[in-house]
Amino acid sequence: MSNNNRVYNVLIVGVGGQGIILASDVLAMTAARHGYDVKKNEIHGMAQRGGSVSSHVRFGKIVSSPIIKMGEADVLLSFEQIETLRYFPFLSANGKVIVNDLKVLPPAVFTGQMDYPAGVLGKIKEKVPDTVVVDADALAKKIGNPRIVNVIFLGVLSKFLDIPEHTYEEVLKENLKPKLVDINLKAFQEGRSLVKG
Amino acid sequence: MKEIMSGNEAIARGAYEYGVRLASAYPGTPSTEILENIGAKYPEIVAGWAPNEKVAVEVAAGACYGGARAMAAMKHVGLNVAADPFMTLSYTGVNGGLVIVVCDDPEMHSSQNEQDTRNYAKFAKVPCIEPSDSQEAKDMVGEALKISEQFDTPVVLLSSTRIAHSMSLVEIGNRVEGPRELGLKKDPVKNVMLPAMARRRHPIVEQRLKDLAQFAETWPYNKIIMGDPSVGIIATGVAFQYAREVMPEASFLKLGMVWPLPEKLVKDFASRVKKLVVIEDLDPFIEEGVRLMGVKVDAGKDVTGLCSELSPEKVEVALKGASSAKSIGPIDVELPMRPPNMCPGCPHRAAFSALKKKKVYVCGDIGCYTLGALQPLGMLDHTLCMGAGIGIAAGMGRALGDLAKGKAVAVIGDSTFFHSGMTPLLELAYNGGSTTVVILDNRTTAMTGAQHHPGTGYTLREAPTISVDIEKLGESFGFKRIRTINPYKVKEMEEVLADELAANEPSLIIARAPCALLKGDRILSDKPLVIDQEACRGCKACINTGCPALEYVKITEEERGEGEKRKGYSRINKTLCVGCGVCQEVCRFDNIQEAS
Repeated sequence: MSNNNRVYNVLIVGVGGQGIILASDVLAMTAARHGYDVKKNEIHGMAQRGGSVSSHVRFGKIVSSPIIKMGEADVLLSFEQIETLRYFPFLSANGKVIVNDLKVLPPAVFTGQMDYPAGVLGKIKEKVPDTVVVDADALAKKIGNPRIVNVIFLGVLSKFLDIPEHTYEEVLKENLKPKLVDINLKAFQEGRSLVKG
Repeated sequence: MKEIMSGNEAIARGAYEYGVRLASAYPGTPSTEILENIGAKYPEIVAGWAPNEKVAVEVAAGACYGGARAMAAMKHVGLNVAADPFMTLSYTGVNGGLVIVVCDDPEMHSSQNEQDTRNYAKFAKVPCIEPSDSQEAKDMVGEALKISEQFDTPVVLLSSTRIAHSMSLVEIGNRVEGPRELGLKKDPVKNVMLPAMARRRHPIVEQRLKDLAQFAETWPYNKIIMGDPSVGIIATGVAFQYAREVMPEASFLKLGMVWPLPEKLVKDFASRVKKLVVIEDLDPFIEEGVRLMGVKVDAGKDVTGLCSELSPEKVEVALKGASSAKSIGPIDVELPMRPPNMCPGCPHRAAFSALKKKKVYVCGDIGCYTLGALQPLGMLDHTLCMGAGIGIAAGMGRALGDLAKGKAVAVIGDSTFFHSGMTPLLELAYNGGSTTVVILDNRTTAMTGAQHHPGTGYTLREAPTISVDIEKLGESFGFKRIRTINPYKVKEMEEVLADELAANEPSLIIARAPCALLKGDRILSDKPLVIDQEACRGCKACINTGCPALEYVKITEEERGEGEKRKGYSRINKTLCVGCGVCQEVCRFDNIQEAS
């Protein structure tokens, strides 16, 4: 993944309020710091009210479209199980999946109209056997702050991209309140350690 | 130095760098962050929220008449509200540069229609320029102001959801003040649009449009990028980026000015390519303009479609007949939808729970409470445009008489009320009827992310200011029945509604409780509630409020105990519950208590 002439496509999805926008902001700033042209897009507004959220981050030598073409995402990073399925057709045939082992019940489920789909992770792994599944909420609590889930995932994601880890760390240091820097850097490293190699 | 910025941040930066002295706006997705960024980062610019877009344009007009560079910003439907000053500003022209930023919303991500602002520019005979990324968004603020001053016209800077909320790299510059001397200069023939003066202005407007079309021929943001001449693509805005993405080898005419169109440039480009295609979001605006020049368009809206937004794959299919992407394909599972929902503790859920009990017919409005239309609440029957609910309820009540009496009510939020609900409330007082109006006063403009308004007591920059007293306003309009209630007290609200619905005159109910996301003036306990799971009868009364902190747990037949009738029970997710007590209020069996 170090072919610098290509455009790299990362699609980050989940539920409003999970810190997805911040994660994609940091990724975009990191890619820019590394010298890439960068474009990023997400839908604000009504999505903030617990709706489905997706953020497209694209970087490379020259990037035209701010949104990823269906079927061309290199990585689908999903903060919630069924949101992975909702955006699955965006993934390219040889794309990677990183998924949070978390179910956030949508209205039709919590009101008892529908069941939450069963065996979601298994179905994803049938299609993408090397899918990385992370119980990030448990890990975040263990590290000491439930709000660092997004930075754990940034760490996982960084192992699949060709940007050096110090660039992420610089951007995190510059964009976080001083008292939150240490725990976020720890979260980033914990995330990286979840991927071998 | 380059920074990564959204289109909205870039437009705010452009306002700073190009000497804007005053900026005004009303929040509206996707335009809101323009004024928010100006407020937060650029104290050199006098800036404040206007009650609505009409006032924002008028305030900006005043600044530009006095020689200052000025900006008004809004979403597409905001220009409908501001259409009155906008149309005649075209006649008076400006003095200092005036840029009106309008953000379209193809796909209606957060809007009620897909109107195309370019038609307004043509309608008003003013120029419209459209950036295709954040760098151009910033640069074009400067271009708009220069064109405005050079041609004595307001200029529309057209943005869209995918420009406003996309981030890309922007070169940062310093601030340069506008060129005009500030002052009050009398010029009634130009500025007082009495018929006799306006008749003198109209030919100037027509000549200006011709001059602008000439200017557009050589303006550098209209440019031909020759590639393979077998396909020539005319494109603007983000659609240009999609077309470049999927067919980088083609020839392009990239239009930065979408009205008026550069005829010679278009004809020149058309003559150099074999097949001419127009790729544009929304209406066939450029396509029709090009056809009117007598130029043959080989493909346009017939392949891109009139409804919803374009995307890279749509444009690729339009240009090549199929997508080249190798998608992994879908996983075949029936997915529950995940629509936006009112937050846990939302006071609107409380108010709608009471309205639902009274089985009323709700003429609603635009804000978070529009989500009250969705199941399981299903309690909103009309949403038309900002401020329309009161007028609709009043008209319905008067036309239908007894058929609507005691049933048709209007529901409107505080910010929407100040935007355009005051005049219909006045109409109701003036012409009478028995309509009940409920103002859901959550002390903020919630849907767009909590902006201040004339009722909150603070300005854009958090400076203390007046706070409108809605009760006194209603009183001064002549309302005799005005009730203020706490919507979380659902049963009390039901009683108040019963009284007011029975009354033979207009009544005004102010259901006041701050948005559950606000930290200040908090009345929520933030102590989670708990349901006695043994006692719960599984009637779903609490579940049917639609609160995301509640969950219905099914009990299978095997799990069911001897003689147990219930098929499930409710439980509360204590990490989400903020203790608003609405489920407690609607529970008929008193099974919900504060957690110990």
